[in-house]
Amino acid sequence: MRFRLSPDHIRILIPFVSLAVLLAAVFWLQPRAMSYMGLNLLLNLAVPIALATIAQMLVIAVNDLDLSIGTFVSFAACVTAVYMPEQPLLGIVILAAAIGAYALMGLVIHLRDLPSIVVTLGMSFVWGGLAVLLLPSPGGQAPEWLRTVMTAATPFVPMAVVASAIIALVAHLVVMRSTLGVALRGVGGNARSVSRAGWSVARIKVAAYALSGLFSVLSGMALVGLTTSADANIALRYTLLSIAGVILGGGEFTGGRVSPVGAVVGALTLTLAGSFLSFLRISPDWQIGAQGAVLIVVLGLRLIFSRREA
Amino acid sequence: MTFKTILLATAAMVSAALPLSAAHADTSGKKIALSNNYAGNSWRQAMLTSWDKVTKEAVAAKTVAAADAFTTSENQATEQAAQIQNMILQGYDAIVLNAASPTALNGAVKAACDAGIVVVSFDGIVNEPCAWRIAVNFKEMGRSQVEYLAKRMPEGGNLLEIRGLAGVFVDDEISAGIHEGVAKYPQFKIVGSVHGDWAQDVAQKAVAGILPSLPDVAAVVTQGGDGYGAAQAFEAAGRKTPLIIMGNREDELQWWKKQKDANGYETMSVSIAPGVSTLAFWVAQQILDGKEVKKDLTVPFLRIDQGNLEDNLKNTQKGGVANVEYSQADAEKVIAGAK
Repeated sequence: MRFRLSPDHIRILIPFVSLAVLLAAVFWLQPRAMSYMGLNLLLNLAVPIALATIAQMLVIAVNDLDLSIGTFVSFAACVTAVYMPEQPLLGIVILAAAIGAYALMGLVIHLRDLPSIVVTLGMSFVWGGLAVLLLPSPGGQAPEWLRTVMTAATPFVPMAVVASAIIALVAHLVVMRSTLGVALRGVGGNARSVSRAGWSVARIKVAAYALSGLFSVLSGMALVGLTTSADANIALRYTLLSIAGVILGGGEFTGGRVSPVGAVVGALTLTLAGSFLSFLRISPDWQIGAQGAVLIVVLGLRLIFSRREA
Repeated sequence: MTFKTILLATAAMVSAALPLSAAHADTSGKKIALSNNYAGNSWRQAMLTSWDKVTKEAVAAKTVAAADAFTTSENQATEQAAQIQNMILQGYDAIVLNAASPTALNGAVKAACDAGIVVVSFDGIVNEPCAWRIAVNFKEMGRSQVEYLAKRMPEGGNLLEIRGLAGVFVDDEISAGIHEGVAKYPQFKIVGSVHGDWAQDVAQKAVAGILPSLPDVAAVVTQGGDGYGAAQAFEAAGRKTPLIIMGNREDELQWWKKQKDANGYETMSVSIAPGVSTLAFWVAQQILDGKEVKKDLTVPFLRIDQGNLEDNLKNTQKGGVANVEYSQADAEKVIAGAK
């Protein structure tokens, strides 16, 4: 009897295989990376990216796209660095209000039937402006506890790996195992049938955006914990990285087909791809192109396999 | 000579060399990396070319084992932080850094320091205390202009100030220096101030706009990249060309040379040479060598005067900026000057 992989299996497997191949290539190029400290240095900056990717995935799950994640994470990072050490209460209030604004944005997008790309693109300028107002010149400081968490020397496995595993697990439980998760993916797949089943699509979308805001805030905090201070432009790259991470991790733009574990793996893969190219000593002029090539190869693989099976 | 005597001789040589290497850590096995955040303008291109040229010679002379340059593709702090962490893994002994952000790289810089790596930041400096900083004293750059003018025209006169891009730290600093200088030499009076955004065309338009409202202008104080535009504006308005301080750009030096040949026009030009990357390289080498180096150093200005105008113009690329590469001796001088 032959074991046959279904396209869904392949969709889930490819991110893991790409990560393993890339990891092997990095270890081969730079054996020093094959250590506790090495893995941490390679992957710790992937932790905030993984959180931002989950945030993006939640929005993609309801068939929307968030172009404001980069500036929102920067804003959250600025709030964390400016208020958390001295006035933690005020900092928490501001971050909570920001999450509220995110939920509201989801509601407006749903009620007025607006294209999410346009609304979030507009909001990205609002977040960017607020971040500059808050921190006109780079500075601020990470609160001590956050620094401790992000540089924790976890036993046997470095913090970066432990944190990634926890993020993947939590996101998996929320999106794949909870009632809310089912409804969320249902809205992405077929909103009408979800509403006919008696669910409020508005409420689900608000929940998706609120959760996305929460993960973005966590991403900003994790980033400040790593960098020790903030900059209004610190995470602008995260918008595109998070979208690429979701797709790389087996998600699709339509139909509520997302994979939380895959998204985290996708974020790790993207981070490793950068290191891999740097170890290869590819000239910076080619690096953007090479990063794109890695993406295209992985996506191409997926397409080939799913076509063959279909 | 038997094998044994060779062995003995070698041992003797090694032991003779030992006390030397104890006083002077040898850097021939050390690897230095350049982490650069941006390469998209002529200044940065010249900076990378200078680095390449000087470090290639240093590697050939076995002063250091390697000096590789890395540039991030997108000028983003998170990307550069990852790049620095990669350098730690690659086993570099020192990282020379032109940073995308003074603060956002601190985590990565700290990790490098903790791994025993020497981090020297220049131009775009970082404020993590464990790193060295080679900063530009922009205030002094402004003050030195007024000081030069005080020498050239002791009787004083009216000044027109051309500023840079509004809201940028560098603009505030240079301008503060100029105003400090004017406070010290009260025979000068700033009668007008415009923003030239460090670009000749913007400066020309701005100066042309304010000129009709100005009394006789004796001199123009500038920030670099605006002197040629100012000269054009004065000429177009049919006014007498004042003494315009230049900023080492090729078009400015070219114009100055033409005026000098035609009517003996005299001025000076000051800016930072992109070759400052090579100064940072030698400072890193000196630190690896075990030298005591203060954490905060200052970049020397590249000043061009009437006498060395032709030489500097010859070495300046068309559309570029005057450059100078620094030597180990220059670095030693800068280090000694900071004490």
